[in-house]
Amino acid sequence: MDKVRLQREAAFIRSSLLDQGYLDEQFIQLEELQDNDNPNFVEEVVTLFYTDSARLIYNIDQALLSNPTDFTKLDDYMHQFKGSCSSIGAKKVKNECNGFGEYCEVQNYDGCFRTFQQIKQEYITLKKKLETYFQLLKEAAQIK
Amino acid sequence: MAGGEVLRQNLPEKLEESPSGANELHVLAVDDSLVDRKVIERLLKISSCKVTVVESGTRALQYLGLDGDKKSSIGFDSVKVNLIMTDYSMPGMTGYDLLKKIKESSVFREIPVVIMSSENILTRIDRCLEEGAEDFLLKPVKLSDVRRLKDFIMRGEVKEGEKRCCKRSRSEDCSPSSMTHPCDSSLLSSLSSSSVLSPLSPSTLSSKKSRL
Repeated sequence: MDKVRLQREAAFIRSSLLDQGYLDEQFIQLEELQDNDNPNFVEEVVTLFYTDSARLIYNIDQALLSNPTDFTKLDDYMHQFKGSCSSIGAKKVKNECNGFGEYCEVQNYDGCFRTFQQIKQEYITLKKKLETYFQLLKEAAQIK
Repeated sequence: MAGGEVLRQNLPEKLEESPSGANELHVLAVDDSLVDRKVIERLLKISSCKVTVVESGTRALQYLGLDGDKKSSIGFDSVKVNLIMTDYSMPGMTGYDLLKKIKESSVFREIPVVIMSSENILTRIDRCLEEGAEDFLLKPVKLSDVRRLKDFIMRGEVKEGEKRCCKRSRSEDCSPSSMTHPCDSSLLSSLSSSSVLSPLSPSTLSSKKSRL
């Protein structure tokens, strides 16, 4: 695979993610913070996001299994999770979180549960696309 | 003499000397989110600021020496912070609580405190501004926010230096031909048309609200 082709593929994934609303301007802002001294900043932040938010997702899953449901805790975890999504520009995931918040407020367990499954789906979808994206960039960078 | 050189010579010692010799703003950032700490740290470093990042209000107070532990009076000299940026929603001590503690301190109350929040709640913003917050930033914080803040803080530092500079130069330079003063740079003239960040007044508060 030649360098230009890999870079083009990566660029295509990136544009699609932005055009289709998976990512927003915050992602671009993170890219602007990258330079020769910190060439992997975006990937580092995204990786940190996925490792850190795994904990929040686990907490939410556990909270949804607890009886009675502690909606305050759920709302709190979700608030933290949503904040992190916002910080990396994960637009679609973040938007799904709004629905969850609304169900929490009216203490609608089913709504919370269903919405959370959707959130996890979007979260995983984005993760896979970003993994491919960074992998392509890495491979391109390794070619002279 | 270029305006920039005059200003640099007269900047008060409050700005720390970085290894390269340039005067640097020291910012204390407080946020319980790991991701946000990483991002704010980078935003500040890329804006040439010295950064200390902590994960809670409690840690921030410890760093400043305001945590109630018996410390000697060297508290202020040992830690020089030009700006504090804190998240609002944090477990235990909120950004608002931290703001109050800082404004209650005779040593640190002059340090500008900026609140960051993912939620655009007017009552929250009002509360913070009334308690003495310099500004309220909506998350995610952008590079332009940091640059604007830095300019504001630097201008504040320059204002102090300018007073001394003008007194000194005016007494030296009495020639009628020199109509422009070394301090009359565009940087200082922009002080009169300063943006949102000016001493708190009712009109400023409403302009901050409308900007948000």
